[in-house]
Formats: sequence, C-alpha cells, structure tokens
Amino acid sequence: MTSENSVGIVTPQRFRSEAPLTLKSGAVLPGFELVYETYGTLNAARSNAVLVCHALSGSHHVAGTYADNPNNLGWWDNLVGPGKPLDTQKFFVIGVNNLGGCYGSTGPLSTNPETGKRYGADFPLVTVEDWVAAQARLADALGIDTWAAVLGGSLGGMQALEWSLQFPDRIRHVVAIASAPKLSAQNIAFNEVARQAILSDPDFHGGHYAEHGVVPKRGLRLARMIGHITYLSDDQMDEKFGRRLRHDEHRFSYDVDFEVESYLRYQGDKFAGFFDANTYLATTKALDYFDPAFAYDGDLAGALARAKAEFFIASFSTDWRFSPARSREIVFALLKNRRRVAYAEIDCDAGHDSFLLDDAHYHAVLRAYLENIAV
Amino acid sequence: MNLRKLTKQERDRFDFAVIADWIPRNNRVLDLGCGDGSLLRYLREHKDISGYGVEIDHDSVLGCIRNNVDVIQMNIDHGLSGFEDQSFDYVVISQALQAMLATERILTEMLRVAREAVVSFPNFAYRTNREAIANGRVPVSEDLPYEWYETPNVRFFTIADFEALCDKLGIAILERRAFNNAGQLVTEDPNLDGSLAFYRLGRK
Repeated sequence: MTSENSVGIVTPQRFRSEAPLTLKSGAVLPGFELVYETYGTLNAARSNAVLVCHALSGSHHVAGTYADNPNNLGWWDNLVGPGKPLDTQKFFVIGVNNLGGCYGSTGPLSTNPETGKRYGADFPLVTVEDWVAAQARLADALGIDTWAAVLGGSLGGMQALEWSLQFPDRIRHVVAIASAPKLSAQNIAFNEVARQAILSDPDFHGGHYAEHGVVPKRGLRLARMIGHITYLSDDQMDEKFGRRLRHDEHRFSYDVDFEVESYLRYQGDKFAGFFDANTYLATTKALDYFDPAFAYDGDLAGALARAKAEFFIASFSTDWRFSPARSREIVFALLKNRRRVAYAEIDCDAGHDSFLLDDAHYHAVLRAYLENIAV
Repeated sequence: MNLRKLTKQERDRFDFAVIADWIPRNNRVLDLGCGDGSLLRYLREHKDISGYGVEIDHDSVLGCIRNNVDVIQMNIDHGLSGFEDQSFDYVVISQALQAMLATERILTEMLRVAREAVVSFPNFAYRTNREAIANGRVPVSEDLPYEWYETPNVRFFTIADFEALCDKLGIAILERRAFNNAGQLVTEDPNLDGSLAFYRLGRK
C-alpha cells in the first residue's frame, strides 16, 4: 500500500543496448536489455540523477508499488520518495535490475539468440565491473552524463564504489552502506556453501533445469537459509526467536521445533519460489571476484587513487557479514588519497540487514548527507 | 573580552579564534573529538583549511554531516593506526583530551600523524577550582561545566601536569596561551590564573 510520501504507482521501463558488451571474463554479449524504474524528474541541468544499486536479491523496483500489484512495495521504499531521505522532489532516482538478473534484464532466463533456447547456465558470468559498464549504457541513453550520487547497500555499495573507479568523471558522490572493498575468506566460504547447495540439487541439471521443466528449489532454499543467517545478528536472532518453540514442547523429530527453524524455512521457501538459481550462483561469484585492489597488489589506496568523487560510508555495529572494520578499510584508503569522506558507524541491532531498515538515526545521517549534495 | 556573559557559541568562537590563529591558511587539519564539526567548519570558512574530524558520539557525527564536515566515526582511545605518518599539517584536540583515556598514546600519535599539534584543555588548578576543592566540593565552572556525576571528563589535570607529561614524552611546547574566566590572556602564574590552556606542540 502507498503511504503519504510514497512515489506511488510506478511502471518498469526497458532499455536495449544494441552494441556488444565485452565482459570482464572476455565473453561478449551481442546486446542486452535492462529493466529500470525512475522516480522524480530529471532537472534541466541533468545534475540531479541518483542511481540506486541493488544487492544480491534486489531488483529495479526500489520504491512505490505497481498498479496491478499494490502490495509489491519497492525494496527501499522507506528511503526513497518525496520528503524521504533520498528525496524524489530533489533527485531523479533510478533503480535498475543488473545484467544477469532474473527480474527482466538480460540474464540466464533470457533467450540465447544463438540457440533460440534459454541461456540458463550458458549465460556468461558477469562482474560488478560489468554491471557498472551496463549501467553506464543506460545512463548514456537517459542523457545522464554525471550522477549526483550512486548509492547502494552491501553489494550495491560495491557498485557505487566501482562507479568511482571505472567512471571517475561521471559520479560526484559515492554512498556505500554496509559494504566492503572485497569479500573475506569467510564471506567467500558462505557463498561457496550456498553455491554447493544449488549445484548439488538433483534438479539443477548443470544449470539447464528449465529444459527439464524443473527448478532446483531445494538448493536455492538452502542457499537462502544460509544467507539469512549472515544477514542477521546473533543478538537480533535471540531477540526475534530466542529458543521459542513452535509447539511448546520438544517433539523429538526433524519437523520445526524452534521458531528460528520455521523462519528460515519460510524465508527459503519464499525465495526459492521466485528467484532464479543461475542468477543466484552468478551473483555470489560477482561478489567473490570483486576486489579493486587485486590489480594493485592488494593496495586499496592505490586502486582508489583514480576516484574523484566524494564519499559517504556507513556501517552497522552488529553487521558481522560486512563489519564496520571493512568499511573503515575503504575510509582509510580514501584518506590516504585525500578524498573527501564522511563515515558513520551506526548502532543498530539488526546486523547486515540494518541497511534496509528505517532506523531513525541512520536515516537522519543519510538525509543530512544527501541534503548537502548540490544539484 | 568578558566571557562571563557569553553564550556557549560565543565561547566556542573564542576558542576557535585562538586555534585558528596558530594554523596557517590552506593547511590540512585532523580534529580529534571534533564534536559537531563547528571548529573545522570555522577553519574552512575563515582560513580555507581542509580536514577531517574524528568523533565517537552519534549525534555529534550527525552534526558534522549537517555541517558538511568530513567526519570519521571512531573511538580515538583505540588509537590512530589508520592514519598515516605525517599526513596532516596539524592535529587538534580542542577541549577533548580530558575525556579520553589513552592520554599518552594519543599525544604521541598526534605528532606521528601531523607535524604539529594544538591542544586545549581546562586547567584543573585554576584559582576557582582550587577554591571549590578547598571548600570540599568538586569544581564546576564555565570551562568545567559538569557536575561530578554527569561529567564526560575522565582525566583531571593541570597546566603543570600537562607540561610535565610533554617533557616525559619528548614533546616540545612551541607556544602556550592561557586565559582566565574573563577571556583575558594570563602570563603570570598561568597554572593558578589560567582557566583554559592552549598549546602548540611539536617534536623535540
């Protein structure tokens, strides 16, 4: 349902790039499509455009609702809208489904022009760099030369960071929340367990499950359950579920005893019902590969030397997936380059997922930063 | 200048002017315990000084961002290890050293990351503070404005104490200014008549 300061009913749009895109892996996409949504109005100077990048399971549907599905609220609707921290009365905001996604942009679910069949596992692996390159084509088409800001949480923050490196002259502000300059071994380990869950599902069929008329739901479900554990904090899980029992007794079976089991199963089932397994696999690899410092012998400051933007970095105290220390790595690398950077470490008990919540202090800080951006 | 009737904002301005007087134009400054970033904003507006603030308090960080001051939210008591050697011209601690625990480490680190340091703090040995203690009470004054049960301050020290510590740490006192409660410069016996002390420090 739309609230008073909602962007209201929105309609996704489609952009087609006819020019081939060479991916970081060396593979070439002959052309591609991206679905996107816009909120607010591009000003005459074209100086108020903000790109919102999505994380692992997000989409182009950042804010508002759909006429035919009023309950489908954008995933960052609490942030984006008239009078909200990312104020659509000031900014022209764009949400885009990334290349390789499963919400309508060209990806594993699309038809491979060479075979006439779905790409499935044949869709090339795309990286954060590739996403940004594709987003730049969309910006070109919309007449946006320079973003006032590129903003994202988690994997979305990595894209914002990458924008400042790949197109230093096309972005004025990077807003990277609950993000990291690269994954840790532990992060990659969790991703690998999630991938193995999908890859070992008998319904996976080497990624060509569509041809067999099935979906590797069990694997996807398990992958999502693992992911969810890393999105929440220990404290918040205790607060939310504790050791609460479903039936007020121990049933000595493998059905749901504890509420937390029920929660994970529900989240897993829900996700497996709509998300594409190939997109999930590829997105976790994009996360694993992201490491701007890799080409600089691990020197993040060296990698960031190209950046010209100003930065706002925020982390959450209870986020152990991308802990505050990971954000501080970015901050100090920027400091070495004498870039303007503000860094807030927000007390919020919700772990990694805090970035999606409307914590009052978090939103106040974000609002203050965005208000100071000249358009 | 008579400070007794001045607002907190005007008193802040007085502090800022003393500090700004020591820092050349266009210098790079790190302000430790920067509050809402008012000093950095003042330095930017009056002397084209760029810099970063470091602050732990959430509302102060919000204030910095509203002031368009680059702030890094972190606990200075955990050290300044992320900051490179000699990456700033000046590092400033304006009336914040008394609220930090790792006093020695902070003073040493300041002169690692910057060429010079500016430190201001309330002098615990100021005349009225001594009188309060002589009367059996913890002093509350304009420069020590908190009751003992609500003070954020954890270190209570005097001009004489501070200078002894600088000596111990091999820190050179390049300049000192002490002011009484009325904002007048004190030259005779500052440890008795100075309420607020300002130091410009360097390496010996």
